[in-house]
Amino acid sequence: MKLHTLSVSAIAASIKKGEITAEAVMTAHLDRISKYDGNINAFITVSEKAIEEAREVDSARKSGKTLGRLAGVPVAVKDMLCTEGIKTTAASKILANFIPPYSATVVERLKKEGAIVIGKANCDEFAMGSSNETSAFGNVKNPWNTKYVPGGSSGGSAAAVSGQMAAAAIGTDTGGSIRQPANFCGIVGIKPTYGRVSRFGIVAFASSLDQAGPMAKNVKDCALVLESISGFDEKDSTSAQNQVPNWSEKTSSNVKGLKIGLPKEYFSGKMDADVKARVEETIAKLKSAGAIIVDIELPSTPHCIGVYYLVCASEASSNLARYDGIRYGYRYGEGSERLSLEELYSETRGRGFGSEVKRRIMIGTYALSSGYYDAYYLKACQVRRMIREEFSEAFSKCDVILSPVTTSPAFKIGERIEDPLTMYLNDIFTTSANLAGVPGMSVPVGFSKEGLPIGVQLMGRHFDEQTLFNVGQCIEENVKTSRELPDVIQ
Amino acid sequence: MSFNDYEPVIGLEIHAQLLTQSKLFCSCSTEFAAPDNENTCPVCTGMPGALPVLNKKAVEFGVKIGLALNCKVQEKSVFARKNYFYPDLPKGYQISQFEKPICGPGFVDINVDGAKKRIGVTRAHLEEDAGKSVHQGEHSLINLNRSSMPLMEIVSEPDLRSAQEAAEYARTVRQLLRYIGACDGNLEEGSLRCDCNVSVRKKGTQKYGTRVEIKNINSFRFVEKAIEYEIQRQIDCLGSGESIKQETRLWDVDKNKTFLMRSKEEANDYRYFPEPDLLPLEVSPEKTAQIKKSLPELPFEKVARYQTEHGLPEYDSLVLTQEREIAEYFEAVVLAGANAKVASNWVMGELMRELNESKKSIASSPIKPSALAELIQLIGNNTISGKIAKTVFGEMWKSSKSAAEIVKEKGLVQISDAGAIEAAIDKMLGNNPSQVAEYRGGKIKLFGFFVGQLMRETKGQANPEMANQLLMKKLKG
Repeated sequence: MKLHTLSVSAIAASIKKGEITAEAVMTAHLDRISKYDGNINAFITVSEKAIEEAREVDSARKSGKTLGRLAGVPVAVKDMLCTEGIKTTAASKILANFIPPYSATVVERLKKEGAIVIGKANCDEFAMGSSNETSAFGNVKNPWNTKYVPGGSSGGSAAAVSGQMAAAAIGTDTGGSIRQPANFCGIVGIKPTYGRVSRFGIVAFASSLDQAGPMAKNVKDCALVLESISGFDEKDSTSAQNQVPNWSEKTSSNVKGLKIGLPKEYFSGKMDADVKARVEETIAKLKSAGAIIVDIELPSTPHCIGVYYLVCASEASSNLARYDGIRYGYRYGEGSERLSLEELYSETRGRGFGSEVKRRIMIGTYALSSGYYDAYYLKACQVRRMIREEFSEAFSKCDVILSPVTTSPAFKIGERIEDPLTMYLNDIFTTSANLAGVPGMSVPVGFSKEGLPIGVQLMGRHFDEQTLFNVGQCIEENVKTSRELPDVIQ
Repeated sequence: MSFNDYEPVIGLEIHAQLLTQSKLFCSCSTEFAAPDNENTCPVCTGMPGALPVLNKKAVEFGVKIGLALNCKVQEKSVFARKNYFYPDLPKGYQISQFEKPICGPGFVDINVDGAKKRIGVTRAHLEEDAGKSVHQGEHSLINLNRSSMPLMEIVSEPDLRSAQEAAEYARTVRQLLRYIGACDGNLEEGSLRCDCNVSVRKKGTQKYGTRVEIKNINSFRFVEKAIEYEIQRQIDCLGSGESIKQETRLWDVDKNKTFLMRSKEEANDYRYFPEPDLLPLEVSPEKTAQIKKSLPELPFEKVARYQTEHGLPEYDSLVLTQEREIAEYFEAVVLAGANAKVASNWVMGELMRELNESKKSIASSPIKPSALAELIQLIGNNTISGKIAKTVFGEMWKSSKSAAEIVKEKGLVQISDAGAIEAAIDKMLGNNPSQVAEYRGGKIKLFGFFVGQLMRETKGQANPEMANQLLMKKLKG
């Protein structure tokens, strides 16, 4: 049995039954990492404790202890989430040596269910990027074709799952950072409703948009991991009190009578022919499975990118102010030169941050400055409210919104990194879910002529992840994709 | 142009540290004397991914303060980030309130030269404190114990017209804060800090002059001195044809002058925006009403009641209500049966003197209110004289014995038996024949001498009224 091909639920079930050991599962995945990750670069840090923690699961089982829902499952955790005792870098030089004395609530909850952090996944620096090329620890390659980007910012998480170096991964999504790389790497990824998952211990990029979520080989695995990490956390005032449903058990592929909305603005622009074909095939399959297809409008769609980049950059400019070299992390001229305070700040931040991060800090600082605040930040917030209202309006006409995730499959490494505006346009279909706070999921639906994965995006009502899982399950069962994950990495 | 041609316009920003057990956004202790950086955690040191969680007790204090300042308590207020870089500001921003503070407009009545003046309160809002920098030569050390301590900033309208008024306003606010138990008002420890905005304008003009801010003054005396200095400085500037620059200055305690901290050009653009890590703060009208019920009687209410209910002069009422503990002590003495005016005299006089001399708080006074009431009753029913009572009071202070015990032990009961007093008078007059002769010869000033001799003879125990009458009769012969 190829243990690295197993799903999350299969691993947990087999370990519980004693059919396989957690140690064997972990070893299989660690072997994959040592074989392939030198090339893929999905991990910044591989946990030295992973094997030991797997053995602990095995001995817990032997001594008859009740095992958690994710017992023995190797999970890659994006390096934006703090892990106690394990280096947490946000893929930035400024945090290259930072070992947090606490874990993110998401990590705590994973551990409580028996999951094991196999390593810390690479990503764009401070999750700012759409190709995983802004990481201070090198770019990540797409396991389907290593000339291509895995997407971003959770590129390492996506590559770790599709490269079968982890059974599941945790990503964060501020404007599409879970859905777009899941789409590029042929896996399932869900950004839950804002507030569903605690943000405590997750390096903040844009607080009003950030959400962590699972990335896995199939829909039910995502449901299982999401139900393990969701729920109110007293350490995060913006986390929601809403009950967490038992999604993994309740998920059903029955979509009869379900209204699926197609926003015309998402289908009117330039789109890759393969993407268009795969999305249309998916719509047809859902229709024949009994879903009702309705046309809807989201008129503010053209403004989403502008609003998104103003809001996220403004919040980021403030969130990243704490990296000043005073208390932890990188500090320029440590112990050698005598620096004035201004020099210490500018040298530390100037050298510690990469250029994309600095670009966004500057955009955000500008947008919040007196004299510009009303025209930029405030206006962006007003349009954001409109976008939110348009989503509410749309959900009075349909139960779920379906769209492409991106206009094209993965692009080549180096193709867009010099052109920030083209890069930002990657997020054209994904930022709206963050701005509106609604859940969004990316599900694979096939491949391009070049053999690159293509997915569709599903967006639902606030706290209605269930419908996304149901439709995703239906797509998984009915849309013929080559379900095999890439085994030979070129 | 002289001083008298100008009118100062002053507004104060008072930062009051709230008496919560834990900090504003984390569970770290607010203890003052902890070792450096002891009371810290990932939240108040600005570690990656750490998030603020609002202290409910601080909100309650915020509402209390708003009510005591006659402010409108807002049902919805919003926290905002005030962004600036400084090493003792761990997150690179301070969580404060900006456009929507918890408390809206209100007012405070102060006493200026015996007259009441109403000072407007623009707003009051919750915010966290920064840490503390200690500069040692070429090094600077950071202590983050104070980081995220809960503060309420109280902003006055520019209604104050003199340094004295400003200091009186600050004292009155401090008094209110202490009454409601929201802040200990300790200026030296920095739990109350004062920023003064000062400008001057020609008398009779409406337009405000250019405003200068004096920051972080840590005593009411310095508030007064700094403002006085600043008023004169600005008048001198204008007098010599210069204009006032909008700037921030600091008070130099040693040199008795203000000096430039930063100019307007150097001022930060704080880039305020709503704090996305916290939900808007909601305080229901029911909650506000409930908190209002829990407020103690406030000093100005007590002042009014002491005059109407107890017939005390305004002066007594003001003095007794300076501190809530003193007022409550006085009320307890009256409740135990003492005459209010007599009680007021004793509390304001002997008791305050002893407390000051021994540097004791009224809470640790060895004489409890009931004991003082008993002493006052002994005077009222003529058991002892007022003079003897002072001796008894001194004994009570030292021994903690009751007044009755001391009077009994020392045989201090007042002599109200006419026969006994007359006998003492006879004896005393017999001992001083020459003075008697002089008195009878017209030197009536000697009456006081005889009273003194009589009191010595009776160890002060003679009923003073009777002694006077009988002495007069005897001297007339």
